[in-house]
Amino acid sequence: MKKTIEEINRKIAEGSVCVVTAEEMKEIVEELGAEKASKEVDVVTTGTFGAMCSSGVFMNFGHSDPPIKMQRVWLNDVEAYTGIAAVDAYLGVTQLSESRGMEYGGAHVIEDLVRGKEVELRAISYGTDCYPRKKIVTEIALEDLNQAVMVNPRNAYQRYKAATNSSDRVLRTYMGTLLPNFGNVTFAGCGEISPLNNDPEYRTIGIGTRIFLCGAKGYIIGEGTQHTPPFGTLMVKGNLKEMKPEFMKAIVMPGYGVTMMLGIGIPIPILDEQLAKATAIRDDQIFTEIIDFGVPRRDRPVVRKVTYAELKSGQVEINGEIVRVSPLSSYYMAKKVMEELKRMIDKGEFFLTQPVERIPTSGKMKPMKQREVKVVKSVMTKAVTISPTTSIEEASRIIIEKNVNHLPVVDENGVLIGIVTSWDVAKAVAMGKLGKVSDVMTRRVITAMPDEPIESAARKMEQYNISALPVVDAKKRVLGLVTSEDLSKLLARW
Amino acid sequence: MLMLLKFDSKTIKKPIISTATLETNALINILRANVGARRGEMVVEVDDSKAKEVEEIFRRFGVEVIELKEAVVKDEDKCIHCGLCISICPVEVFKFDENWKVIAETEKCIHCGVCIKVCPCQALSLPI
Repeated sequence: MKKTIEEINRKIAEGSVCVVTAEEMKEIVEELGAEKASKEVDVVTTGTFGAMCSSGVFMNFGHSDPPIKMQRVWLNDVEAYTGIAAVDAYLGVTQLSESRGMEYGGAHVIEDLVRGKEVELRAISYGTDCYPRKKIVTEIALEDLNQAVMVNPRNAYQRYKAATNSSDRVLRTYMGTLLPNFGNVTFAGCGEISPLNNDPEYRTIGIGTRIFLCGAKGYIIGEGTQHTPPFGTLMVKGNLKEMKPEFMKAIVMPGYGVTMMLGIGIPIPILDEQLAKATAIRDDQIFTEIIDFGVPRRDRPVVRKVTYAELKSGQVEINGEIVRVSPLSSYYMAKKVMEELKRMIDKGEFFLTQPVERIPTSGKMKPMKQREVKVVKSVMTKAVTISPTTSIEEASRIIIEKNVNHLPVVDENGVLIGIVTSWDVAKAVAMGKLGKVSDVMTRRVITAMPDEPIESAARKMEQYNISALPVVDAKKRVLGLVTSEDLSKLLARW
Repeated sequence: MLMLLKFDSKTIKKPIISTATLETNALINILRANVGARRGEMVVEVDDSKAKEVEEIFRRFGVEVIELKEAVVKDEDKCIHCGLCISICPVEVFKFDENWKVIAETEKCIHCGVCIKVCPCQALSLPI
């Protein structure tokens, strides 16, 4: 026996609908089996609450007198995109304030508006016959806008890669702060209660599906960008004026920037046994991978495969060690979303819709087409290496003769054990220290790998305030040297 | 009792912790130490029964002693319960309760301040 969405909506109107949360549904199916559960339950509410960077709001400010065709516009000093009609703009959540930098951004402006606060609008223009005004500064609140429509190109990731860090320094990423030497793991997504995991064939979640978006009724308008099932995503819209501040939160990922946590809930109509079975999915059936952010490349190495059940347990094993795990999504809030949506349906305030179009059940994510990826190997020069027993006097002679500033110090197998710069040598001479280079060399050397992109090498030099990196192979044997001069020559050619 | 000790250029060179232990028989647990050439800071834990005695010795040497009464504070209005602090805290102050709410067992806090810098909601602070 199959149900229809019309039948379920009739039950919602009558107040006789049986609606449960995804959490409750797992238990029900376990107890009754999928067939019986599909007869008993009409709707399962799912929820997620996490950082969703690909979000923002289209706004229409109304026309000033005399009118202006906004060329650039800022709200509380956060720029919005206005390369559309005169007083339309799109404010993205990750856009940073021009005066306050990383502590305030688009997400904060949106949250401030929803909380009823006024924000400062500043716009400039070149002036035209039809729009003569060149500048405007005013205060606006959400109620002053003609429209404020949240349109998010990529939300509600079905599942996401977990993150760790093999390098020897703290990394501050969009996945939170990652401690060195596999010090912790972070992950995003709500696993078994997350919307797309409960309808993985996307039978009921499609274009036109009415959803809960930050407390308002919103709609799915298509698959999201980078939609790659089972890493599916959604593009959604909703009226900002109907949203509730408790279901959104502007946050700052230290060292990365501003983003926004959003609460999204999707009702899944239990039309048949298959859907009942799908909504019974458990965290131990949802797989993802832990990837290594210690490697600053697009294709970061996979450390291991992992289930959401393991991630949610709070610890995972990596290379025989127990590593603690932090979620980045808030289950506490995701559960609130599920429960609020359940309440709305129960009370007859929220009706379900039939999707007008399905979203793709497969997809591929292509890398960016680049002219070329320049790697360290292509710009490195030959390194002049010395042994640790070389005298400082001899080192100074080599520096002059070979016209170099950096002498990597290697053992008898060519393995890097230190580095001496012309500065170290000059300092040693000035202080009257005329021993061996091993007395003055730096032992903790920052290095580069031959196939590392030059951007990564440049970032290391900038971070550590150094001007060259020895290039080493996996066994730490010196292959060459990359200097800031080599890189700036390259940049000059661009 | 938790104490924050501040050493200046004179006291930093002296074996004050060992002296305090030898004189009082107190076990002094060093939770955090930052020792430089001219100054240093240390957070130590001493059993309450011996705390006064140990503190006296530190002061006698000229070490500045600040008793740490309040641990990390979590602003419940700001916390969104993402749990990022859980895997960062070296002494496991933070954990989820049965409703996935982040709770802080502040008596474990060693005042390292690491969590304050990672919280995306600026919900954590460390009063001195």
